[in-house]
Amino acid sequence: MTAYIIRRLLWMLPLLLGVSIICFSMLKRAPGDPVGAMLAESRDSGRTMTLADRERLKEQLGLNRPVYMQYVDWLKLVARGDFGTSTRMNQPVSTIIMNRLPNTMKLAGVSLVLTLLIAIPLGIISAVKQYSLVDYVLTTFNFVGISIPQFWLGLMLLYFLSVKVGWFPVNGMHGAYVEGGFWPHFKDSVMHYVLPVISITLAGVAGYMRYQRASMLEVMPQDYVRTARAKGLTERVVIMKHAWRNSLIPIITLLGYVLVIMVEGSVVVENIFSWPGMGQLAVASLTQRDYPTVMAIVLLSATLILVGTLLSDILYAVVDPRVRFD
Amino acid sequence: MSVEVQRADVVAWDRVISAKVASPRVMFWRRFRRHRLAFVSAIFLCLLFTVAIFAPWIAPYDPDATNLTLAKFGRPAAPSIEHPMGTDQLGRDWMSRLIVGSRVSLTVGFLATGVAIGVGTVLGAVAGYAGRWTDMLIMRLADMLLAFPPLLFLMGMLVGFKRPSATVIAVVIGVIGWMNVSRLVRGEFLTLRTREFAISARAVGASTPSIIFRHLLPNAISPIIVAATLSIPAAILAESTLSFLGFGIQPPTASWGNMLQIAFVQMRDNQAWWIGFYPGLFIALTVLAFNFVGDGLRDALDPRAWGR
Repeated sequence: MTAYIIRRLLWMLPLLLGVSIICFSMLKRAPGDPVGAMLAESRDSGRTMTLADRERLKEQLGLNRPVYMQYVDWLKLVARGDFGTSTRMNQPVSTIIMNRLPNTMKLAGVSLVLTLLIAIPLGIISAVKQYSLVDYVLTTFNFVGISIPQFWLGLMLLYFLSVKVGWFPVNGMHGAYVEGGFWPHFKDSVMHYVLPVISITLAGVAGYMRYQRASMLEVMPQDYVRTARAKGLTERVVIMKHAWRNSLIPIITLLGYVLVIMVEGSVVVENIFSWPGMGQLAVASLTQRDYPTVMAIVLLSATLILVGTLLSDILYAVVDPRVRFD
Repeated sequence: MSVEVQRADVVAWDRVISAKVASPRVMFWRRFRRHRLAFVSAIFLCLLFTVAIFAPWIAPYDPDATNLTLAKFGRPAAPSIEHPMGTDQLGRDWMSRLIVGSRVSLTVGFLATGVAIGVGTVLGAVAGYAGRWTDMLIMRLADMLLAFPPLLFLMGMLVGFKRPSATVIAVVIGVIGWMNVSRLVRGEFLTLRTREFAISARAVGASTPSIIFRHLLPNAISPIIVAATLSIPAAILAESTLSFLGFGIQPPTASWGNMLQIAFVQMRDNQAWWIGFYPGLFIALTVLAFNFVGDGLRDALDPRAWGR
């Protein structure tokens, strides 16, 4: 087991290296560069940039060197734990990310917990009452849930619940001016969470419920469930203790996948609700050709995905002694 | 009395025989028809295809023609009899743009799936059949691509194009969407290659490509078809998300995703709900229809689902 984990961790290095090479070359062949973005910005603020300025900037940022040398330079920095300086915000990339990451984690975390709390019971009910009206309604809801584009759901929620009736704030994480102590602040914060969380959770619930239902259906006809019933246990105990626990085994491997849904969901949702998180940062950095920031985000999320998959694989073996790694 | 029994027997036998005679195609059709939502969805999609194919002739107005007498002071005109879905802030007829935009979504959906299925099938088949280092190489490549957050990867690739066309977007989506298909096909091939007909094909000297594509692949076709129908809606969603975020189809070309770009501002400032409502509704309906058809196909094609 230990050897397996070490092997998997070592595999991550070449994988991440590959990811970074692909990403770096992709970004470098994009038209436009950070200097162009800066130029547009300085033009907007009424200053002019001379040709000499441009050349000097390019020299400074190392943009005149061959692409593979630029990659090596970047790699050397990263190896020392330095992700460089954002060309858009002129701050160390690590500082920017440290400011943004917690906001995304909060949004994705709340949504993930809520997703599991809703999806698991619904999935169980749907499976236990297979072919009933409830099951039919839930399965149909499922299809609707995975088919509605998240950004559309977000926009419609915004229009009807914020713009139209004004129940919820339109954007951001906090109101500009909140009077009072802890409770008003807390309430303000919660109100800002509601719509983004709904937008992410709906897709998550629909996706996850389907798997919970399927794996419950696999487990229900098993011998040990019949034995539990034959022992005279109440249906509640049979379902929750004997069937549900076993149905979780294949679902654990899906946690990595759910993690990806949450991260992806936050990219879209953050941009709609102006949530100051990583998703918003990613889109802004890409449009402004802020390469150091984009590279750091890609590397971070790739690591997250790899570690997430590894963790769910390990967990799989922990809960199910039948699983052995070779 | 005995005649009655005999007759009942005859009737029963008739049924058995007719059931046996039904060709796989007829059986498939019967099973598919039973899934009512899938059947309705299939009809909806046929209508949508017709609209997309004849879009320029069906659209009541020129989708790119602005009309500022309609959109007074840059305010979108509300839905009316002449413009059932209203106009945008430039007075462009929203329904015409929606009709023309359907082409983008369907093109990307099918093309991206074609690429993903093509690449995925070939790589999965080769990996599953050849095994050893070929298998390892292909699966490691798949692992690497799976480590990318897909949306971020797509945005990064599309940044490289100034005005990506539907074809470019479709190819890009397909290129990073083949991994699940290849895993599926590989899994099928791992068992298929040990079956008797595969061994006998090898014994009579069939070439490797012929074994892979003529003898083994037809046996793995059902799961591939199901995967394909389910990957169309995913591609449509991906394209609309990318276009919405500004990385896909660039305005003034209409696509359902980029029609929603202006939705927030117009809904907030001018209460123009129709700007955001209709394009999203059609994305949702189309994706839903494809998902239902995929589900119906799975019911009809997958023998494991028949018992349920």
